[in-house]
Amino acid sequence: MNPKIADKVATTVLYIISGIIIIILASLLGYILFQGVPHISWHFLTSPAQSFEAGGGIGVQLFNSFYLLVLAMLISTPISLGAGIYLSEYAKKNWLTDAIRTSIEILSSLPSVVVGLFGFLIFVLQFKFGFSILSGALALTVFNLPLLTRNVEDSLRGVSDEQREAGLALGLSRWETVLHVVIPEALPGIITGMILGAGRVFGEAAALIYTAGQSAPALDFTNWNPANIASPLNPFRPAETLAVHIWKINSEGIQPDAVAVSAGASAVLVIAVLIFNLSARYFGNRLFKKMTAA
Amino acid sequence: MQELEKYSLDDTYIRPFDRDKQEIAIETKDVHVFYGDSEAIHGVSLPFERYKITALIGSSGSGKSTYLRSLNRMNDNIESARVTGKIMYRNIDINSDAVDVYEMRKHIGMVFQRPNPFAKSIYDNIAFALRRFGLKDKKKLDEIVETSLKQAALWDQVKDDLNQSGMSLSGGQAQRLCIARAIAMKPDILLLDEPASALDPISTSAVEDTLLALKDKYTIIIVTHNMQQAARISDYTAFFYSGAALEYDETRKIFTRPKIKATNDYVSGHFG
Amino acid sequence: MDPIREAMLKKSHSAKLERRGKTISLVCISLIVIVVVAIFFFVASKGLATFFQNKINLWSFLTKSVWNPSMKDAHGNPEVGALPMIVGSFGVTFLSAIIATPFAVGAGIFMTEISRKWGQKILQPVIELLVGIPSVVYGFIGLSVVVPFIRHIFGGTGFGILAGTFVLFVMILPTVTSMTVDALKAVPRHYREASLALGATRWQTIYRVVLRAAIPGILTGIVFGMARAFGEALAVQMVIGNAALLPKNLVSPASTLTSVLTSGIGNTVMGSLENNALWSLALLLLLMSLAFNLLIRWIGKKGELNK
Repeated sequence: MNPKIADKVATTVLYIISGIIIIILASLLGYILFQGVPHISWHFLTSPAQSFEAGGGIGVQLFNSFYLLVLAMLISTPISLGAGIYLSEYAKKNWLTDAIRTSIEILSSLPSVVVGLFGFLIFVLQFKFGFSILSGALALTVFNLPLLTRNVEDSLRGVSDEQREAGLALGLSRWETVLHVVIPEALPGIITGMILGAGRVFGEAAALIYTAGQSAPALDFTNWNPANIASPLNPFRPAETLAVHIWKINSEGIQPDAVAVSAGASAVLVIAVLIFNLSARYFGNRLFKKMTAA
Repeated sequence: MQELEKYSLDDTYIRPFDRDKQEIAIETKDVHVFYGDSEAIHGVSLPFERYKITALIGSSGSGKSTYLRSLNRMNDNIESARVTGKIMYRNIDINSDAVDVYEMRKHIGMVFQRPNPFAKSIYDNIAFALRRFGLKDKKKLDEIVETSLKQAALWDQVKDDLNQSGMSLSGGQAQRLCIARAIAMKPDILLLDEPASALDPISTSAVEDTLLALKDKYTIIIVTHNMQQAARISDYTAFFYSGAALEYDETRKIFTRPKIKATNDYVSGHFG
Repeated sequence: MDPIREAMLKKSHSAKLERRGKTISLVCISLIVIVVVAIFFFVASKGLATFFQNKINLWSFLTKSVWNPSMKDAHGNPEVGALPMIVGSFGVTFLSAIIATPFAVGAGIFMTEISRKWGQKILQPVIELLVGIPSVVYGFIGLSVVVPFIRHIFGGTGFGILAGTFVLFVMILPTVTSMTVDALKAVPRHYREASLALGATRWQTIYRVVLRAAIPGILTGIVFGMARAFGEALAVQMVIGNAALLPKNLVSPASTLTSVLTSGIGNTVMGSLENNALWSLALLLLLMSLAFNLLIRWIGKKGELNK
């Protein structure tokens, strides 16, 4: 073929491929939003789910998702900060550090269902936490840690060594310098990574089916005593999340309005994840501008 | 500039000090610095007189910065670096494990080649470390911030807005902020690693004026590759070549009547 | 007495903080490493029980095609042949990777070589959005759109490997694309300039020079995508039909390692053969994820050597 014509053909094909990808996303989003959004109402967002009849909501699941998210982030943030600090500030260049990095890489590539099964074995059975918020939060922590740690490490490495030297030369320890000089400067990157991690956690289901469980007992939203079994805050109650709920009603649900409920729930899930992603970008940029402001 | 000549490291002249009359603030004895297996500093022994400015000169790669950084053990932070020999300060060897390196650095401060203010306000750039060390009294902090900035000749330019970010300052101002930050700790000794190399001539002369004004309170050791600068501000000069101090004398002698050939060639611009 | 000398000979507050901080960060990193080791240890000890406790033959586990752990065959051996799931898992993985690769490479070339502006403005956010959509949502759409569509065209139930492939294709597309983009961006500018200066057209330059230089990076992206497809559980489980049978064709109900695991582990009794056999599947999944990891490292090393 004439090279000029080949060039034209190839360019056209590339445009078509890119167009198809855009159409796929557009139809995905369009389907979810057009099917789901009409179903979203205050009632849908706040009322409990129904097992056998139409008209169920996702109130409890929505609350569970957020509660699990908060708990999982509360546990994984400090650990990933500590681990990220170790890797960027203290790790020496030797085989041990290589081994640590490799194991983090392996953890990040493990299928989430394996993480869920591990959580089931350890947290649910071994530690006797049962199907509970706590088991779920711990499983999500395992799922989240490698990516958060790498994000913290990368963000800290992005801060120039001159800043560390400035702190050290004043007689501060490396730890103090990292905590009070390096971390504040790395904050935009760290926060962006945390919010993106939160988005991932929010939509995760496979790691939760056998840890947080697949049932959502009715909650008494007037009872905020964490020790009480009906309290929304009780960390030892089983807690089906929104993502698990979508899976559950689609694979074994017998509600007559299962499709509408899952469409609505999917729309809520996608919108929530969209908000996470957009806010990650927004806060990241804003903080970055603020830190580097002239 | 001509072909690089090889000079003997044995042909040296180190000025003797009269220790009864001249007080020594810090002194190194046979300091070697190794990076992995290679030796970067081959046994340097120099005394530094109190309340004087000593300049370390030499071409790049001569080891002057490496030597300076070993004086407050900044080389500790480089994984492969190892420093042997004695660094005597207040009658103890601060190169020994018995010495708390953080406490020591409060008394031997350092200013770096490139201005590195924290991404904090001007006020916090200075007050931050003091607060970390337990000084909480707001009035006292205000006072130290003001005097440090005045000593660094920066106060008049920034006093109206101490809350602006330290990173928003121009190069010369930022470097003076770094000097102010270092002297706010009230150190005995101030180490400066080519503090003016990243600055324009006007900022450079401002920093030089600052250093001259600080001389009566601080012992200053400054690395520079700018010979005019060394000649302008220093009392003593040490000439470094290939990881060794070849000549050490009063500055005017180094620049007018150097005792060895390498120094003469260097200060007359024949190499480096 | 020199107070400064005394202070230097004592342990400072900063030194104590440093010690504490270093310990804290070491504890954090150790925790992660312990978790990784524990995952391998526990999954392996559970998964190996099938072979050591229940005396199942490893070879027949991998090659027999009847999965019915609670039943015994004519010789009195439990029927634990994992071949249907292995075939299902590899089937959806390879097929989805094969479909995704031309799309990912095409989109990657478009974004880096043809139109950086549109690439950055439109395709980049599109890819990022696709990554963000949770897998159950993909499963739900697969179930309510893809499966009926296949049923309409090919008849049958619509569930099967083809449906799983479609869903996974969309799921791994962003991963492969963004890594392809990174690989293409890493090709030095002067490669392109040299080729264009020799009179090559843009496409010739892309095809002969840029793509060739980016091959290790693109391959890494594809393997990453395959690893993700192999480990994906719920989206696949929702559309594959979950019949532990050797698939007759692409549109007959089948199953994968992950789909059998998710639907089975809650319905079996811990310690029983049925349960142990499922853990063996989990172990297989774990080992495959390790294998993908090694493959990625190997490609990376190869790519560096060729430079």
